[in-house]
Amino acid sequence: MSQADLSIHGQVSRTQATEVMTAPTFSVPAKKMAMWLFIIADTATFAGCLVAYGFIRNASPNWPRPFHGVANVALMTFILLTSSLTMLLAVRAAQMGDKAKAFRWTAITAVAGILFAALHIREWMQRVGEGMTLFHNPWGTSLFGSLFYSVTGLHLLHVTGGVIALIAVGIRYQGGRYNADDLEITGLYWHFVDLVWMFVVPLVYLLNLSH
Amino acid sequence: MTADTHKSSGMTKDVGVYICLLVLAGIQFVIAYQDISAKQMFERMLIVAIIEAGLALLFFMHLADNRGLRWFVIIFTVAVLFGLQYGWTDSYRLTNGVPWAQ
Repeated sequence: MSQADLSIHGQVSRTQATEVMTAPTFSVPAKKMAMWLFIIADTATFAGCLVAYGFIRNASPNWPRPFHGVANVALMTFILLTSSLTMLLAVRAAQMGDKAKAFRWTAITAVAGILFAALHIREWMQRVGEGMTLFHNPWGTSLFGSLFYSVTGLHLLHVTGGVIALIAVGIRYQGGRYNADDLEITGLYWHFVDLVWMFVVPLVYLLNLSH
Repeated sequence: MTADTHKSSGMTKDVGVYICLLVLAGIQFVIAYQDISAKQMFERMLIVAIIEAGLALLFFMHLADNRGLRWFVIIFTVAVLFGLQYGWTDSYRLTNGVPWAQ
């Protein structure tokens, strides 16, 4: 083998070694991986809250069933699920390089998030009007109010954070400072918020319907 | 496959999954009005919620495209969820007393 061949082989092996060393975990870019790690950690937070809710519900003999209708929560669910679709459309448009369309769908997703939050707050106001607060509940154990506001409040906090993130990332994407990957990562968070709601609705609302 | 065809098939899949999620959410609301025990209701709703979450994870969050990340997320999440189940016996003790109270 000539000196030139050795040199070429040496070059190739160094390049391969560098590629191996810099290959991202699971072939996922670092920013996306960070979001996945956050989502996994947040899953543990929500799971902890929902399981604690289950423990207390199971251990409380006078657990109330105060909800009479599902119209509001059904509408909220529809809005949040639809916002996940609009987020997907925003990411797909961004990946195709259609900035205007991507921004428009991101803005629609943010508006859906705001609408969801407004409906949620309106529902809280109704409950407060009926006498259910963090430490008081006219229908049974006061723990119901504490858990209801804690679990739904934690979710509402995530929706609010998501709306702020969507607006910030959308504007920066429109301005050229962020790219389609950044929009996709924000979308991952938004889908996670939607995913959590799929568990909050049956456990906190539907299991407490009065029949 | 051209970029436009790929985009079109991707959007069709997204809309299909969205409709499935809406239907599954609707099923949860139907279960809520069934004349069954709270335990049965909880089990049925939880199964539907897990299916919904699976669809959202696989298709909306694109875990279906990344096998390594999918297993990482599943194993970690399931381990956390199992870890959280330690307190059920204690919650039954609070309502039923014996034999756990001893």
